[in-house]
Amino acid sequence: MAETLAWRTRNLATSLIAPLRGRAPGVWMLRVGLAIVLTVVFMAVFAPFIAPYSPVKRVDRGYLPPSWEHLMGTDNLGRDVFSRIVWGARIILKVVFMASALSMAVGIPLGLVSGYYGGRLDRVLSMVMDSMYAFPALILAIAIAAVLGPSPTNTAIAIAFVYVPTYFRMVRGQTLSLKSQLFVEAARAIGATHRSIMFNYILPNLGHTILVVFSLSVADAILTEAGLSFLGLSVTVPTPDWGYDLRKGQPFFLDGYWWMVFFPGMMVMLLAMGFALIGEALSERLSTAQTR
Amino acid sequence: MARGLGYYIAVRALMIIPTILVLYTIVFILLRMLPGDPILAVAGTKNIPPEQYEELRRLAGLDKHPVVQYFDYLWGMLHGDFGVTLATPRGTPVSRYIWQRFPATLELTIFSFAISVLLGLATGTVAALRRGGMVDAGMRVYSIVAYTLFIPWFGMILQYIFGLQLAWLPTSGRLDPGLTVDRVTGLYVLDSLITRNWDVLKSALAHLVLPSITLGIVLSGAYTRLVRNNMVDVLGQDFIRAYQARGVRGWKVAWYALKNAFIPVVTLMGLQFAILLGGAVLTETTFSWPGMGTFIVDRIEYRDYTSIQGAVVFFALFVGLISLIVDIVYALLDPRVKY
Repeated sequence: MAETLAWRTRNLATSLIAPLRGRAPGVWMLRVGLAIVLTVVFMAVFAPFIAPYSPVKRVDRGYLPPSWEHLMGTDNLGRDVFSRIVWGARIILKVVFMASALSMAVGIPLGLVSGYYGGRLDRVLSMVMDSMYAFPALILAIAIAAVLGPSPTNTAIAIAFVYVPTYFRMVRGQTLSLKSQLFVEAARAIGATHRSIMFNYILPNLGHTILVVFSLSVADAILTEAGLSFLGLSVTVPTPDWGYDLRKGQPFFLDGYWWMVFFPGMMVMLLAMGFALIGEALSERLSTAQTR
Repeated sequence: MARGLGYYIAVRALMIIPTILVLYTIVFILLRMLPGDPILAVAGTKNIPPEQYEELRRLAGLDKHPVVQYFDYLWGMLHGDFGVTLATPRGTPVSRYIWQRFPATLELTIFSFAISVLLGLATGTVAALRRGGMVDAGMRVYSIVAYTLFIPWFGMILQYIFGLQLAWLPTSGRLDPGLTVDRVTGLYVLDSLITRNWDVLKSALAHLVLPSITLGIVLSGAYTRLVRNNMVDVLGQDFIRAYQARGVRGWKVAWYALKNAFIPVVTLMGLQFAILLGGAVLTETTFSWPGMGTFIVDRIEYRDYTSIQGAVVFFALFVGLISLIVDIVYALLDPRVKY
């Protein structure tokens, strides 16, 4: 068992690294995407060493434009925008990963069970999930976050709700097509339990699909997180957060102090784009692998 | 089994009811399942007099058994009653706000929707016709970048360039101060056309440009790639070759292909419209657009539970209606749909 696990991990790892080397048309997307995401992760992990100033204290006069001393200028309260950007990476990554882990933890098992057993349970679950999927994600998240009250954990919960249907639909669909395949029948023949078939036989085959859905939904979740904190539903002052800083800079923006808004928003977009590029490249790889 | 379009629409309309019910149920359960006391949240303090607490609970409809609440609210909803506000001004029907503000959101979403579809069709078609080349790659980047644009950020940049630096366009609100228009539909563009109020029309259109372009561009990316991929498929089909063999060239072929590639796009429109409504909240906040989005955001600051519930349930109804419209359009466009 341990051997198969090691083999599977290595297999997944090679198939992840392989596309980086090749000359396939989507390689540049994967490279650029990974470069962006890893930079932001690095920024978040080593924030205390990278940020030149405290993110929450007044370090200079307010409204200073970008200069060598303050790469991205200072905000209305005299705080260093660059330092806030660096520290802000932590919040957004934390919230988005927490939310993704939560939606996976709920969406994947539900999808497996629903697709595997079928029947009435499947119909009810699918209907609920399809309805949730059809509903404006941001509005659903706003409603949940508004009732829970502003905090990063609550934002993560709100975002998690939104992406449960995404994982559910994908896993359910794949399970439906996998459960009638030969290897599943073989497993049943040697007496594997339903639970074992779902989690030991079908789930490992979903690795790539989950990865694609993960990168694409993370890209989306980043925009949702930034949106929620822009609306004041995530962090509270003085926590550095890209979406919230954008909101706080808005009143000064049209007076010409563009840097308080420009840089946080640019980071949101870059990070979302990083994940979207990775997802795009992986899904292309997956679809060519399947048609081959 | 041809029974006519009327029958098809009626069946589709009936099928929308479960969707709306499920959405309503989800929202209802979610809002009650979540921890925290909404009454204390809206009061802003734990030390409110018991009688005031009870009064608020009664206003929110939370004093009854949840099952009774569920059906009471549903019954009210069917009569256009979405509850009353809890925060100041307390006791105002939420439906009054919806009546005032929904047309603004509708106007914004209609324009953004049109922009996103037109942009998506144009970029997707161009990419498909030049597939494999630089233009195709460029359009691919466009679709990703457009999709990942953060709406408030993009909106503010447009405000900065076209509102502040060039001073061509207004950056907030729906009309210049001092202008008013008689309400017919609540859509200012339509109302000003009906009442032949050209000043208002000019002003309303000018105010619409930046917000609807912001939202339209962000949503166009999804169409770009769908149209492109469908067009590439369709362009490889026999009937296109047959056209080409008969000497039909260039844009004419593209037009025939586009007509066929358009059908899946209609399905995407339904989903995109939901995303559009979400994006509208951010767009409205960025451009101080007095619609449902800014209403929700205003009410969040008061933690006004019933208003948020009413607005969200209203959106559920609206989403159901949109999917009905999409189904009908689909049936009209695709001759294979039998009704």
